[in-house]
Amino acid sequence: MTKILTKHFDEPRLHELETYRRLGGYEALQKARAMAPAAVTAEVKKSNLRGLGGAGFPVGMKWETVPPEDKVPGPRYVVVNADESEPGCFKDRVLLTRAPHQLLEGLLIAAHAVGAKETFIFLRGEYQNQYDILEKAVQEADAAGWTKAASISLMRGAGAYISGLDTALLETMEGKKAWPRQPPPFPTVAGLMGKPTVVNNVETLSMLPFILREGGEVFAKIGSARNGGTVLFSVSGHVEKPGVYEVPMGSKLRDVLALAGGVRGGRRLKAVIPGGTSMPPLVEKDLDVALDFDAVRAAGTFLGAGGMIVLDESADAVAVAHNIERFLSHESCGQCTPCREGAAWLERILERLLRGGGVPEDLDNLKRVGENITGKVICALGDTVGVVARAWLGKFPDDFKAKIPRGNS
Amino acid sequence: MATPRHVTFQLNGRTVEAEEGRLVIDAAKDAGVEIPHYCYHPALGNPGNCRMCVVEVAGAPKPQVSCRLAVREGLDVRSDSPAAKRAQASALELHLVNHPLDCPVCDQSGECGLQDYYMTVGRYQSQAREDKEHKSKRVEAGPHVMLDQERCILCTRCTRFVDDVTKTHELGIFGRGHEERLDLAPDKVLDNAYSGNVVDLCPVGALTDRDFRYKVRVWYLDKTDSICPGCARGCSISVHTSTKRPWHNGGRRVARLKPRYNAAVNGHWICDEGRYSYKSLDENRLGKVLRLRPSREELSWEVLAAELAGRLRGGLAAGGPEGLAVAASGALSNEDWAAFKALFVDALKLPRLYFAADPDQVGEQDELLRRREKVPNLKAAEALGLRGGSFDALAADLAAGKIWGLWVIERDLDRVWGRRAAELLAKPELTVYQSPFKGALGDAYAYRLPATAYVEEEGHFTNFEGRVQAYRRALDPIGAARPDAAIFGLVAAALEGIRSREGAAA
Repeated sequence: MTKILTKHFDEPRLHELETYRRLGGYEALQKARAMAPAAVTAEVKKSNLRGLGGAGFPVGMKWETVPPEDKVPGPRYVVVNADESEPGCFKDRVLLTRAPHQLLEGLLIAAHAVGAKETFIFLRGEYQNQYDILEKAVQEADAAGWTKAASISLMRGAGAYISGLDTALLETMEGKKAWPRQPPPFPTVAGLMGKPTVVNNVETLSMLPFILREGGEVFAKIGSARNGGTVLFSVSGHVEKPGVYEVPMGSKLRDVLALAGGVRGGRRLKAVIPGGTSMPPLVEKDLDVALDFDAVRAAGTFLGAGGMIVLDESADAVAVAHNIERFLSHESCGQCTPCREGAAWLERILERLLRGGGVPEDLDNLKRVGENITGKVICALGDTVGVVARAWLGKFPDDFKAKIPRGNS
Repeated sequence: MATPRHVTFQLNGRTVEAEEGRLVIDAAKDAGVEIPHYCYHPALGNPGNCRMCVVEVAGAPKPQVSCRLAVREGLDVRSDSPAAKRAQASALELHLVNHPLDCPVCDQSGECGLQDYYMTVGRYQSQAREDKEHKSKRVEAGPHVMLDQERCILCTRCTRFVDDVTKTHELGIFGRGHEERLDLAPDKVLDNAYSGNVVDLCPVGALTDRDFRYKVRVWYLDKTDSICPGCARGCSISVHTSTKRPWHNGGRRVARLKPRYNAAVNGHWICDEGRYSYKSLDENRLGKVLRLRPSREELSWEVLAAELAGRLRGGLAAGGPEGLAVAASGALSNEDWAAFKALFVDALKLPRLYFAADPDQVGEQDELLRRREKVPNLKAAEALGLRGGSFDALAADLAAGKIWGLWVIERDLDRVWGRRAAELLAKPELTVYQSPFKGALGDAYAYRLPATAYVEEEGHFTNFEGRVQAYRRALDPIGAARPDAAIFGLVAAALEGIRSREGAAA
């Protein structure tokens, strides 16, 4: 199967510049720098590369929304979103650990494309090991002169889930409380310190060296329609071989499960969360869904950041929903009311259901309160708060009904 | 600057004209449609966090917050559709799910945004079975403000006020999610010159006024438009009086002062100095017309006027107008100053008038509202062409025995001259004190005349920019007190009477 990002993962010292260079590293950057910035963007557009941090926005299109210098003068920035915090996602951690120079090269290509002289990597605070690796890699890149045209600075988060959302991430970088902004303006117009800023995920940027080296069309052909290249899935849960798997965009859910050794102990599959805990689950009948942004969307959920959590028949949908809502309630930034109050309310209803104190109205309230949150909040976290309980209730109503003791009212 | 383009848009099925780019919530208000909101405040911006002002917009996939939606040609907005109302009600439900049921003991009751919108867009049956979140209920935020964290809906109006308006940053939102709370920043106290405003802009009962707490229920208050007399700015205020139940509020008639929006003068705010000036309004008041020397006797205004006119006449004949000094203050209204001029300048032609703010009626000035002159109306004296001398020179002349008569209006001379005041006041043979308040030296004069306080009269002040503003009467005068202008008029008429009798006799 075609691999792009993990192709050289057999190389034990891939994280060192010397090894990375021997394998052709930084040649794509040299090639990009010889091109006009607009030509680099055009190549990326041709590649159908989508934002792999979860939103799936076409990357070239995002870059094009950075206003030209004559319209908005002053610096522009590229920020790497390395705050990987969606439960179930750990593919950025692997990329950062094994192939830091792949990211740095991609980052510098993006900087060239959008005219940034300064770039930043915003790293999840818990990733201490990855910080050490990145710090060394940046030192190597500095010493080798790759960062003369655009500097790379590291910045660490302090543990808030919401900081993984681009605008909250920018607020955090500015030293403020991680409260998401409400576009417009989008960060590409007014981002870090009010300047045009491209925020891209680790995996997204790591794709760029390949695209520049091999060409956008080659990349596009690897994937499915409008979903170029490959995608990494962090597979966890009830499978035989949890881990990070790279597959072409549009691969079948069934095939990814097979790569991970299938459901553990030969049990029956109950649900698969395709993109990280925030996403509604897929079920057994969805095994042939093609895993790309558009097909998964059509199946009623999201590809997200590829945090695939597999649950077998022993899982209880109420416990799963409670676990996720508890997380979201804990991580709700508290800025807007529906998410702040609603997440805690949903969590408490679910908790009561688990304790055996459920009443029939709880099911209506889970649905109603969820509907009152989704679409009426500032950011995507809030939207998912309202979606999760409803989605699990919708797919597994019997699990929920079983939690309401007869005679409770 | 380009003139703003006017466009038409649809609001609840009605065609409305508005400036292009104006926020829908504002344009709706202009058109008489109130869209519920908590976080939005015209002077503090539109963070869009309360989600109360959601409206339906034709063509938009989900409801929009009208505080962040700009008017454009052809926009089709509904704030009253079933979907919009449902969205507003559900946002309210989420505001209330952890809000304590404190209404019976909450000062905000009767003017609370949660109560108001519950009645207009809420009216649902509560579905909440869970325990409410508990936080601190009695945080002394500062000398004037009490914070109840449980009642706070985290709209951030107050934090934006201390960040953007006073730039003092005493308040912040701490924690995250449902455990988030409004609190003081580390090592800070909400003690800035404008701290009381956070009580006004708090849409719920989270920030209450420590002076007003548990004094009066707001529905017993009467509200009168007035002008703050605390400095030369002349902020528009509303005087809230409690007279229906006089046993409330410790018997004090004025329960609180609130800012009244005036774009040209004070915007939405007033300073704490002005706000809390009401507390002394019922203290140390004068209500009787008294002669204190040589013998103490309560007089009617008519007797007083005749007696005083006679003594003035005699004094002027013996000592001349140079020996009669008048010390006033910028507390007088435009009407008072006109009568003052008619009596002391036009009729008596007195050369010795004293009303400068220095040294005792000056204080801090800042770039927001506060002016150095802590009296409202020196500008009117200036506009009438009145010229005042210095209090130092007056003190010297009094000490030298050059002054036979001294008439003091709304001024405490002990604050001007300190301990020397009593001694200087003993020098002239005729001393008159006219004021709403007794002051420290009120017993030292020969005559003591009760004047009304600004809340007991109507009139005008001219602020430092020359803006003439009306204030209305909120309360009845105390005892026999009359406005200064009326007192000057009485004495002027009595003097005129003597003159005409003398003329007739001659």
